[in-house]
Amino acid sequence: MSAQRSVVIRLHDVGKTFDNGTVALRGLDLDVQDGEFVSLLGPSGCGKSTALRIVAGLSEASEGTVDWPEPMSAGKIGFVFQEPTLMPWADVAANVRLPLRLAHADGALADAAVAQSVARVGLAEFAAAYPRQLSGGMKMRVSIARALVTEPRLVLMDEPFAALDEITRFKLNNDLLTLWQELRRTVVFVTHSVFESVYLSQRIVVMTSRPGRVFTEVAVPAPYPRDERFRTSADYAGFCRQVSEALSSAMAEAAT
Amino acid sequence: MRERALRIGLPIVVLAVALALWQAIVDAFAIPPYVLPAPDIVFATLIADGALLIQSLLVTLLTTVEGFLLAGLGGIALAILFNQSRLVEYSLYPYAVILQVTPIVAIAPLLLIYLPQSLAVLACAWIVAFFPVLANTTLGLNSVDHNLIALFDLYKASRWQVLWNLKLPAALPQMLAGMRIAGGLSLIGAVVAEIAAGSAGAGSGLAYRIAESGYRLNIPRMFAALLLLSFAGVAIFFMLSALSHLVLRRWHESAVKREQ
Repeated sequence: MSAQRSVVIRLHDVGKTFDNGTVALRGLDLDVQDGEFVSLLGPSGCGKSTALRIVAGLSEASEGTVDWPEPMSAGKIGFVFQEPTLMPWADVAANVRLPLRLAHADGALADAAVAQSVARVGLAEFAAAYPRQLSGGMKMRVSIARALVTEPRLVLMDEPFAALDEITRFKLNNDLLTLWQELRRTVVFVTHSVFESVYLSQRIVVMTSRPGRVFTEVAVPAPYPRDERFRTSADYAGFCRQVSEALSSAMAEAAT
Repeated sequence: MRERALRIGLPIVVLAVALALWQAIVDAFAIPPYVLPAPDIVFATLIADGALLIQSLLVTLLTTVEGFLLAGLGGIALAILFNQSRLVEYSLYPYAVILQVTPIVAIAPLLLIYLPQSLAVLACAWIVAFFPVLANTTLGLNSVDHNLIALFDLYKASRWQVLWNLKLPAALPQMLAGMRIAGGLSLIGAVVAEIAAGSAGAGSGLAYRIAESGYRLNIPRMFAALLLLSFAGVAIFFMLSALSHLVLRRWHESAVKREQ
């Protein structure tokens, strides 16, 4: 099925060396298909966040090519950071509105887009609240609403739920999948949780560290919608075992 | 509630005890007013010389406010300039520090030679007050969440948008902290310059009254003028604290009430 889809971004032989000499990535090849949900999984320091920042254009690749078959303008990429990264002086609606404001969007259209985006993540009642009044999970929802407000084609998420408790994380995982099925944006999701990657993605790219590169890929062909039944199914456990083993081999190789 | 009553009540009790003790000592040892005036004489002088002293207070306050406003504007403008251009920062920052660490008492007589007196007094108030605004605002502008900067980058925000929508609001708490310090300092600057000018002749500010009363051994009036100066300083501090609270109350940790 993914064979007919167009490629949104293609990284070829990408390397990144920081000024202090640390080699974060070397020889990274990655194709992201239009509309897919792909996870980058790997231990801390394997360069998965660096790869995501290169895709976003927040960081330059030192070697290799980053190829966009269809050029992306500002606002066509949404980014969700590990922290909510909200402006504490602005209320929820103003935080979500930021990308539109920076693009000088028309007032009435922006109002509608903000209201819709805030409602999508279930925070319509909290539009006038300030970030400090919200729980960690709610702040992350605001961050997601902000990333979606420009109707991006590609959403990049950098361990967005890593700092949340398990109950909140499961809830946000479910809501994220619901949103993905409804909107069908392309999502690249960085995580270090095997369970989270299997639950969410169609495809998992397992990375290895020092220097970061792709070790292997695991497809998760389980159908959507996925819900709590999937989370407790034998299929899910099987995929998790498969991905865990891939990750162990990746780390064993890095250690030698 | 009890906490609040204690915070207001205790300093008042301390003041009352200190005043009573002062009065008792002066009465018991029959100390003459030109050595140490008792509180009742200071208070009587404050009433009797009220018109004169208030007029002088207004002169000093005007200088203070002007110095403070110029220091606020200058400090913030300079901090923004430093933030936007490394070259300007490297070129000028050392001189801002030098201006700050050189005692104002030593600069004031020089300024009085080169500038008309009113301008010299204003310059002194400005010199001592601008640095805390500059230093604090610079700190605020430089400690913006780097992920928020990346986010603005992602949406191709212009330099101006980053400054106006991100850096300035983020630096607001530090900016206000700097202004709060500057308020008190500009009063000090004005007083120092007035005293330095006082020996040179004309001048009608409150500090000049203190110097003048000193020469005439009018000690009660010195105390009365000093009292007014302290009140002015406290009032400036509270007004700026209230302003800071008003601006930050909805979002900044320092202004948010926490339930225990």
